[in-house]
Amino acid sequence: MPAGRDHRRMTTTVPRPHASGSLRRRLWRLAETVTTPVLPGDYLDLVAPLRAGADLRGRILAVRPETPDAATLLIRPGRGWRPHVPGQYVRLGVDVDGVRQWRAYSVTSRPGRHPEPISVTVKAIEDGVVSNHLVRRVRPGTIVQLDQAQGDFVLPDPPPARVLFLTAGSGITPVAGMLRSGALAGSDVVLVHSAPTATDVVFGAELRDLAERGAIRLVERHTSVEGLLDVTELDALVPDHLERQTWACGPVGLLDAAEAHWSARGYAQRLHTERFRPTIITAGDGGTVTFTRSSVTVTAGGATPLLDAGENAGVLMPSGCRMGICFGCVLPLRQGAVRDLRNGELTTALPGDGVRVQTCVSAAAGPCELEI
Amino acid sequence: MTVIQKKATNPIAHLSAEDIETLGKELDAIRQRVIDTRGERDAAYIRKVISTQRKLEISSRVVLLFSLFPPAWIVGTAGLAVAKILENMEIGHNVLHGQWDWMRDPKIHSTSWEWDHATPAEQWKQSHNELHHRYTNVVGKDNDLGYGIMRVDEDQPWHPAYLGQPFYNFVNACFFEYGVAAYDLELGKYLKEKRHKEPEFRARLRAAGRKIRRQVLKDYVIHPLLSGPSFFHTMAATFTANLIRNLWSHSVIMCGHFPEGVETFEKSSIEGETRGEWYLRQMLGSANISGSRLMHIMTGNLSYQIEHHLFPDLPSNRYQEIAPEVRALFDRYGLKYVTGSLPRQVFSAWWKVIRLAFPNRRQPATPAVDDQPTPVLAAA
Repeated sequence: MPAGRDHRRMTTTVPRPHASGSLRRRLWRLAETVTTPVLPGDYLDLVAPLRAGADLRGRILAVRPETPDAATLLIRPGRGWRPHVPGQYVRLGVDVDGVRQWRAYSVTSRPGRHPEPISVTVKAIEDGVVSNHLVRRVRPGTIVQLDQAQGDFVLPDPPPARVLFLTAGSGITPVAGMLRSGALAGSDVVLVHSAPTATDVVFGAELRDLAERGAIRLVERHTSVEGLLDVTELDALVPDHLERQTWACGPVGLLDAAEAHWSARGYAQRLHTERFRPTIITAGDGGTVTFTRSSVTVTAGGATPLLDAGENAGVLMPSGCRMGICFGCVLPLRQGAVRDLRNGELTTALPGDGVRVQTCVSAAAGPCELEI
Repeated sequence: MTVIQKKATNPIAHLSAEDIETLGKELDAIRQRVIDTRGERDAAYIRKVISTQRKLEISSRVVLLFSLFPPAWIVGTAGLAVAKILENMEIGHNVLHGQWDWMRDPKIHSTSWEWDHATPAEQWKQSHNELHHRYTNVVGKDNDLGYGIMRVDEDQPWHPAYLGQPFYNFVNACFFEYGVAAYDLELGKYLKEKRHKEPEFRARLRAAGRKIRRQVLKDYVIHPLLSGPSFFHTMAATFTANLIRNLWSHSVIMCGHFPEGVETFEKSSIEGETRGEWYLRQMLGSANISGSRLMHIMTGNLSYQIEHHLFPDLPSNRYQEIAPEVRALFDRYGLKYVTGSLPRQVFSAWWKVIRLAFPNRRQPATPAVDDQPTPVLAAA
């Protein structure tokens, strides 16, 4: 990251070993005076993008097909990677067609440190920009951006004696991470998993092998022949399911039904669910615009530039040419959807995506939040 | 040149308001085609240029640690000059224009980039992107017309101080980065109006001071110190590299708007200007430089100044690609696409600086209209 405004911030937040003390810090500061206006790290990134102190990244080591539309990526994380807890997800920043896109994927490998690789398994979804890229096009050697693993879809320590996993499609991935970790070795585990056909079951062979060895009880539901699972069928499939600690991960429909089922029977606290993209961005015409730091919310029409909407509400908006050429008004779009007034192009963002928009030529296309 | 509105033959007299709006739509379509095909290839291009520049800069600086030896001095100085030119022109200028913001890479973004230049990126973006690109060649609005120290248009009133402008221009060329810093601060204006104590101005002055201090420390203290016995040689080498970069960028930038054939506009002509009219002003207010691929990269593709002014936020590597389409539009609409080789355009620009150091030979053709500003589309 170049210096200027960001100079100070970068030099204080980059984690650096404290043991070797002030000499090292002084040398680093000297290096900064040599490389200004960029940082020494910008040069080091050319040769050692995974080094300690660098922004967290990973290198894709291999891409292994799992099913016709899913693949596992083996990624060597940078030195700064902290081992995940099985069940957690990692946010991956991938350049697709030149544009950085962030998506969250469950970590399916056992916890480990650099240079031990981590793995994520991605299922290509229809029109999925990132998932299709990762399953079909990405090549070993590619550098991806990483965040530390996060999420509370994890097993307690010690793990419960009786467990039910209720999953569908790629919802198996966080559960696979838990099963592989070995934490459930002494537990009674039932896995009810839905997929269109037997060949579509991600990690199918591995799960069947676990079942054969008696480590888990596996109930496969092949929905293209047997139809979608109705959660009330669990009464017959797993009669003691309400007595088990249950982790569910899959499509919204399954999770909503599960939540309704468990709450209706008064066991909501035994159900843990994981939803990857809780916010569904629906593009509309106009919407409420929130200026987060100013704590101002206004309703803006589909033809009103966000800049005007903010100014009219008394927000101190940065501005420039007001015609889309000077980039003096660019602000982070924390989440929501905006439309480019010049060509109608839609831009959507979720927290952490790091999307910035020109407010003078963008209008709200649904609820959105600008950071100012 | 004389503002377009006062010319004996108005070069846009043959265009109707409708023509101009159609022209605008055609240009919008070119822009959209580039946006639709913008992708991996472009991202790979800018990353390649950045990594090449960084490798060249660091290796040149390493070579200069031994600048006591003449071959090392020559190789290191040449390498550093090229690295600094690439950094300012093809990388810095274009990143700060937001040409690469679409990649959403926080490291290559107009809001976070800082460049190897005396002026802080934030201040330059304001004076360049916001003022110059918006008010291109509008006399009295676009300070790039003569940078506030020179008379480059017949319609700027003459003053005896302008007799020295060939000299000021040369000095400005040698220390261009500092000239740009002073210009971005609007130093002259604030001093003249005795507003230099205003807190807002002082804050900007401090920011520029900090930036210059860091730059000078790096180039003229730290790097020479690291060179040990080669201290003075490295200092001279860095000075030379900065001088070469300054002369080069000054020349390229002079060629953008000063050569003969480029039009200027009256202040009142941009009131209520439409998108089509804004495009038209960019078309007539800029000049290209012809040359090889390497020359284009070294100018940061400002050799495609016309295309850059039409689409300042499109990736620079695409200007060459769309230039034939843009030129075809000029032909179709009967407009003059000003272009020429670098020596020819530099000579043309310098000749204007020298010529206009002296008062106009003749009075402007129609002084009577002075009080009655003509709209840009008067002829329509």
